[in-house]
This record gives sequence, C-alpha cells and structure tokens, in this order.
Amino acid sequence: MGLFAKIKEGLKKTKEAIAYKLNKLFTGGVLTDEFYDELEEILITSDIGAETVDTLMDRLKKAIDKEHVRDTNRVRELLKEILVDLLEENELPEYSYPLVIMLSGVNGVGKTTAVGKLAKKFKKQGKTVTIAAADTFRAAASDQLTVWAERAGVRIIKHSEGADPAAVVFDAAQSLKSKSKGGDVLLIDTAGRLHNKKNLMEELKKIARVVSRELPDAMVLNYIVLDATTGQNAIAQVDVFNEAIDIDGIILTKLDGTAKGGVVLAIAGELSVPVVYVGIGEGIDDLEDFDAKAFVNGIMDE
Amino acid sequence: MGLFSSLAEKLSNVFSKITSRGKLTEGDIKQSMREIRIALLEADVNYAVVKDFVARVSEKAVGEAVLKSLTPGQQVVKIVNDELIALMGSSASKLEVAAKPPTVILMCGLQGAGKTTFCGKLGSYLVKQGKKPMFAACDVYRPAAINQLQVVGKKVNIPVFEQGTGNPVKIAVAAVKEAERLGYDTVIIDTAGRLHINEQLMTELKEIKKNTSPTEILLTVDAMTGQDAVNVAKTFNDELDITGVILTKLDGDTRGGAALSIRYVTGKPIKFCGTGEKPTDIEQFYPDRMASRILGMGDVLTLIEKAQEAVTEEDMRKMEKRMRENKFTLEDFLTQFKQLSKMGDINDVVAMIPGMSKANVDAKAVDERINKYKSIILSMTPQERNHPEIIKSSRRKRIAKGSGTTVQEVNALLKQYEQTKEMIKVANTGKMPTMPQKVIRQKRRFR
Repeated sequence: MGLFAKIKEGLKKTKEAIAYKLNKLFTGGVLTDEFYDELEEILITSDIGAETVDTLMDRLKKAIDKEHVRDTNRVRELLKEILVDLLEENELPEYSYPLVIMLSGVNGVGKTTAVGKLAKKFKKQGKTVTIAAADTFRAAASDQLTVWAERAGVRIIKHSEGADPAAVVFDAAQSLKSKSKGGDVLLIDTAGRLHNKKNLMEELKKIARVVSRELPDAMVLNYIVLDATTGQNAIAQVDVFNEAIDIDGIILTKLDGTAKGGVVLAIAGELSVPVVYVGIGEGIDDLEDFDAKAFVNGIMDE
Repeated sequence: MGLFSSLAEKLSNVFSKITSRGKLTEGDIKQSMREIRIALLEADVNYAVVKDFVARVSEKAVGEAVLKSLTPGQQVVKIVNDELIALMGSSASKLEVAAKPPTVILMCGLQGAGKTTFCGKLGSYLVKQGKKPMFAACDVYRPAAINQLQVVGKKVNIPVFEQGTGNPVKIAVAAVKEAERLGYDTVIIDTAGRLHINEQLMTELKEIKKNTSPTEILLTVDAMTGQDAVNVAKTFNDELDITGVILTKLDGDTRGGAALSIRYVTGKPIKFCGTGEKPTDIEQFYPDRMASRILGMGDVLTLIEKAQEAVTEEDMRKMEKRMRENKFTLEDFLTQFKQLSKMGDINDVVAMIPGMSKANVDAKAVDERINKYKSIILSMTPQERNHPEIIKSSRRKRIAKGSGTTVQEVNALLKQYEQTKEMIKVANTGKMPTMPQKVIRQKRRFR
C-alpha cells in the first residue's frame, strides 16, 4: 500500500469512527456494538463469508449515516435492501428456443434431481424436452435419471456406464436436429466433478464444445448446481467452472434445510453470476424461480 | 486465485508477520487474532466455534510467558497449533467391533454427502483388514439408489442385501439376520440421505438403530459444508448418539473448517476421510495431521506413509545400493515408474508437500506418459534393459512397434533415462540431502 493510500485509508477510518460515534449519540445508543455484532452474526452464519460481510457492513453503515437512521427496524430494512440489490444486479438469461441447458457442479449437489425437475417445468410449459444422460461415470446415474425422465414424461438419450459423455451429447444433438418440429429443450446431466481435477474439467470443456458445434442455432446455457449447505468453497467452484465453460447461472439446491446458502451473495458480488432457480424439496415440482426478496427474508428473519 | 487462498496460507501469512519480527506486543497479538478469526471464518469454521477458539488462544497468548519469550511468534503458532489439535480430538480412533458378530455399521447423513460411495470404500477397507462385510440397501427413496449400491458392491466384490423399496427398518433387520446365517461378520447399512429437520425420516433412523443395535453409527459429512455443519451434526448426534464422523470429498480444495465445527459440537471423533472416487480412496483421520495441514506444514506424515505403502524397505535398500554403485538400469527405471503409479494421483501427492498446496499438475497427462514409458521398457529384452547402450536405431524401431509408440517417444524415454542416470552420478559425488530429512526439518520449525 502506498503512502497516499495509507493516509486516505486512515482518514476514512477516522471519518467512519466519528460518524459512527455521532450516530450513536443521536440514536441514544440504540445502534450499539451488540446490535451490529448481532447483524454480523446473522450474515456470517448464513455463509456469506467474513470478507463479504465486512464489505456489506461498511455499505450498511454508510447508508445509516446518509439517512440518519435511528431505529433498528429501519437498519434491518436497509440491510435487506442492500442484499436484494446485490442479488438483483446480475441479469437473468432470457430464454429462446431451441434451448440447451447443461448442468454441472461438484459431486452430490443434486444435478440429476435438478434435471428431473427442470424437465417437468419445461414440459408443463408445453415444450418438447429431451434429456441427455452424460453422467456415464457414477454408478447407476443413468438409471436414476431414467426414473426422473419417466416421472416428467420426457425422452432420455443414454449410453452404457463408462461411455464417452461427449458421445452421449453428440447423439442427443443429432436426434434433436432430426426432429425439426419438436426438440425445443435439451437438458444435459453431467457427472459430478471437483473443480480442482483438471482432467475432469477438460472433459467438461469437450462436452461444451460438442454442444456448440452440433447445435449452432440453439441458445446454450451452462448452469452450475450449488448445494446450499456448501460454505465458502462454492466461490471457488463457480470461479473455476466459469473459467472452463462460462457459467450463465446458478441452481441453488437443498434450500429446504436449515442452511441459508448465503454464499451466493459473495458470488453475486465477486463473480457476477445470478441465481436462476432454487431447489426446495425432493418432489418433482420442488424447483422455483429465484426470488431475491424471499431469499433475503430467509436469511434475516429468524 | 489470490482471493481464495487456503486457510493454511492465510495463517502462515499471519505467522510470518509475527515470526519475522521477533518481539511481540499485545497489539500484535490482537491483530493476529483478528486475522486468525477471519481466516477461520473464511475456512467455514462455525461462527460460535471461532469465537470460542480465538478467545482461548488469545487468553493463552497474552500470558507473560509468551511476551517475555525469545520467540513469541513461534509461541503463538504453537498455541494455535495445540489448540487446533485439542479441538479436533487429540488422537486418531478406529472402528469398534461387536463382541458377537455381525458388527453393524449404520451410515447416515444429508443428501449428496457421499454415503453410498463411502460404503464401497469402507467395505473394501474392511476386506483388506480380513473382514467379511455385507451391504444392506436401505435407501428406498432416491431413484436407483439400490442399483447404485449394487454396482458399488460388484466393484468391491461385496454382496448387497436388498428387498426392493420396502420398509427400511425391516430390510435392515432382515439384513443382519441374513449376515448371521451366512457368516458375514460386518453389515454396513446404507440409508437414504435426509434433512436433519425431517422428523419422520429421523424417526426411521432411530427405529433402525433400536432394532439392529449398531456398534458404529457414522455421520457422513461433505468436507465443503459451511456454517450449517453445526446444526446438522448436532441434530444427528442428539437424535442418534452417533459414534463417529466421516468426512468426504476432502480431495477438493475446500479448507475443511466443517471438521473443526463438527468435532466441537458433537465431541465425536472423525474416523475416516474420503479422498477420491475410487474404492481405495479412504484414509484414516489424524487430527494432528489435519492441524498441521491447516497450519501450512503440508500433510507430510500421510505422504511418507503413502510412499512407504508403495515402496517396501527392501526395494528401497536395493535401489539405493544400485544408485550408489552407479548401476541404475532401465529395469530400475521401470521399478520407479511402477512405484510412482502406486502412490496415486500426482496432484494428491504434490498437495501434501509443504508450501505446494495449490500445484495444478495435469495428472492424466503424467499418468499417460508413465504408462507409455512402462510399455516401452516392457517391450525391451532383458539384455536391452540392463545394457541400454546397445539400443540402436533398428532396435528402437522394433521397441516402438512392440509398445505401440513412436521412435521419438522411445528416444524421449532413453534421454530421460540418461538424464536421471546423470543426476544420480552427481548425487553420488556431492552430498544431496534425502527428501525425508528435509521434510522433517520443516515440520519441526513449528513445534
């Protein structure tokens, strides 16, 4: 840090300290350290992450100074607004058809289940849906997906275990092309892979290449599936997947538990990737469009 | 990746600041505690656990003994290290065995934690220990879960007891009876993933427990879990009185703070870790090793153990003798490649070396090259292997053909062999420290 920056930083802190003390004076000590600690605890325990929380609290304190807020309820409202704004900053993709959605993510986040739910969602909208079972690695993954395809009443393209996933996608693309009238939506399920396994990330890139090469006229979206129970590692997950295949959105699963999934706020701030859907149960209809306000209420209203 | 540097790196940053200065003030301690707090939170250690941990460490660190010490920085490091180990349980613990077989092991956890995959690992581990395990398929909810367990069972050669999608409690009871009848000494019960707040499914687990009296109830937890790990572990423990924890997906780059939190709220030991997708990717959990890993000293002990597993002492002595006598042939080179393959994914190995937590080697490419080299050497006659100088162009062509490679690749191998031989010569004339010594020195620095 240069000298000038250091002085500036020092002054900023002084200014903040004065503003904070003045504010405390005006509010008659309602906005106490304990109150801020409590807010901080809520944010941190929802997995937003200590560094992002620091940034958010700074933003909040600035907003409080600007508005000369005196009561804690208004502060909570302000904080909610800040969180919602952050989540709504990144625009959601607008669908056009034919549409290809490829789901990827680390192991056990709920990709296969999400594909089943998405299939049902598009089917209900009157689309013709095809599922490509490109998880050829995990034991019985395609059996699991077949059950979901049956439940949703859609077509599934699969190969045997251990087959090349890119080949499955290639076949699915061919069948989509040959059925020019239908073939509205292609959903691709991929094998779970940890983002630090380079060869598996290369495989994912290959699958993505096959999609864009074989279906040049389709809208192709890559969604990463995140488990709401995951902590700060989710940031690294999105970062690395994004680098490999350009992530367009997040499907946040398992929000029906006690985990809040706050890490998507850090992701929204740092990586500009929006949340598109949330998974809220094991039923086929338990997938909802992401609602930033409802999500933030989930974090703030204990 | 600066933003996502691991806890190990963050703490070592904090400590290098202290250790480099020598003298320590109370303000220094406060500052380092603040950084430790943020690092632990960013590593997903639970908020309340961090608070308590930092308070304990700082209380000890502010003590006069530290301030007056000649190396106060190292004192703080030692305190953090000791407290970390204390928090994670001070010794490794093993699987209990029932007095009267079969020993029942009940697996439980949230969806997607890796229960079914881990069943396979635990099964193959037990077989290695000379046990005769059987699986019980009690996940009757998730589509194709029984199929998955069957595929896993086939891979590790362990039978699966299943009764389709019936009542999981009845299936579990029948499985134990069947094991008794057929002489299996261990039953591993795979159950459906469930939310800890799902009362109905938690009751089902309690029923399974009541009717099969398991010796071990193992909670499977994803190492990437965030703050909620505390709620999950506490509820499962309150409801089932678990006997231990399994930490899965530790081969990712997660900082693994959940391990600290879970241990803290349940007091139950972490017994095993899942470190990959193969059935053999199971490791025992060593709290001290995890602490030193977190503190940036690398997982040296595990590395040494892995190397020992892959290389017998006899092999080592033979190899050393040949090296000393400058008698390093292609046959020895082949042995080295074989040992290297046995040590597993090169990235896992590299990650255990202190200061190399983030190496990103293309493991597949390395594996491919090693396999090519192996097949090239295997296509040589014994005479060629022991006297490489006789390998001229026509022999090279023949070897390339025989191993399905090209002459260029054969040349590359021979070149690499010459270089290695050259290096050994240099090492024999000069004094080159052997790796284990170097590693131990680094480890002691913090003790």
